[in-house]
Amino acid sequence: MSNNRVSRRQFLGYTLTGVGGFMAAGMLMPMVRFAVDPVLQQKGGGDFVLTDQRAEDVTEEPVRVDFTFEQTDAWYVSEVTNSAWVYRDGDILIALSPVCKHLGCTVNWAGDPEKPNQFFCPCHAGRYEKNGLNVPGTPPLGPLDQYEVEEQDGYVAIGAIKLNTLV
Amino acid sequence: MLNKLYDWVDERLDITPIWRDIADHEVPEHVNPAHHFSAFVYCFGGLTFFITVIQILSGMFLTMYYVPDIENAWQSVYYLQNEVAFGEIVRGMHHWGASLVVVMIFLHTLRVFFTGSYKKPRELNWVVGVLLFGVILGLSFTGYLLPWDMKALFATKVGIEIAASVPVIGGMIKVLLAGDSTILGAQTLTRFFAIHVFFLPAALLGLLGAHFIMIRRQGISGPL
Repeated sequence: MSNNRVSRRQFLGYTLTGVGGFMAAGMLMPMVRFAVDPVLQQKGGGDFVLTDQRAEDVTEEPVRVDFTFEQTDAWYVSEVTNSAWVYRDGDILIALSPVCKHLGCTVNWAGDPEKPNQFFCPCHAGRYEKNGLNVPGTPPLGPLDQYEVEEQDGYVAIGAIKLNTLV
Repeated sequence: MLNKLYDWVDERLDITPIWRDIADHEVPEHVNPAHHFSAFVYCFGGLTFFITVIQILSGMFLTMYYVPDIENAWQSVYYLQNEVAFGEIVRGMHHWGASLVVVMIFLHTLRVFFTGSYKKPRELNWVVGVLLFGVILGLSFTGYLLPWDMKALFATKVGIEIAASVPVIGGMIKVLLAGDSTILGAQTLTRFFAIHVFFLPAALLGLLGAHFIMIRRQGISGPL
């Protein structure tokens, strides 16, 4: 027991603050949870999307493959077309995301005529090796993301995006 | 910790007199429900303000999801109510609070009327109060359209026809509100949205400020 007895005024102050804080929290908690919902919402998806790129036509040279899927953006559902750079490494297909890891521009294979064997980002001259590894000394801080990819009935199918596993 | 922070600011800005001016004021015995329970009727003004604060807060959060567009308005309301966590609660607060604030403002008006608190020198505050009542009704009317369901649409049609029945300028008021002489549609929704979230709340805050400054200046009216 401490010698400092709680005065009537202090007691009322604590009680009022406590009850008031509880009521304010009860009012604000639903609103805050409502506002942060996009951060906590589980995203589904990851199904493979069939493209019209024949798998046997894919060589060791990356080609741009477009794929269209139905995107649900909250209450707005629309068809969205994204693309991937697809090439063959021996028997396996590899698909890389064209989104630059610097600031999100779109990279092109051999976009810089002087570097015909690299991906090139036109915004800030970021460059990547064929396997997506960012070239040191250029702006990007990480390798290009990778797509799950498989062959379905002779055509390339693109799946979920993941971190680069090649570098 | 908080005390130290407060002292640090207070030492530099001398804020204590400011909030003392705001917070410390006399609550006469005849308006204190702890002394006479019947004095709870003096709470209706404060309750109106409390619910107004809830309306402003919940409304701010609702606009994170709502879109004032005829294609998407209903969809976005459906989404925020059914897909977003606590959406039903937040929309419910705004929905029920909207009705409750009108009830409270009405009870507050009755209390002021029957205690004669509107008499000299408080006539101006009564006038501001009536303007506030009008602003709240305007907020109710414009907010009713925003979910863009059948009830909203037809209620607004009726409301606009009532406004159109004003002699001479009725037709102009109708076009001004609906944004079109015949269609109640895309332009009506954006107009109502702008009025609901910008124009009327701005008027509301200004009038509330005037209402509170006047009551503080004049003090609470005496007992019956």
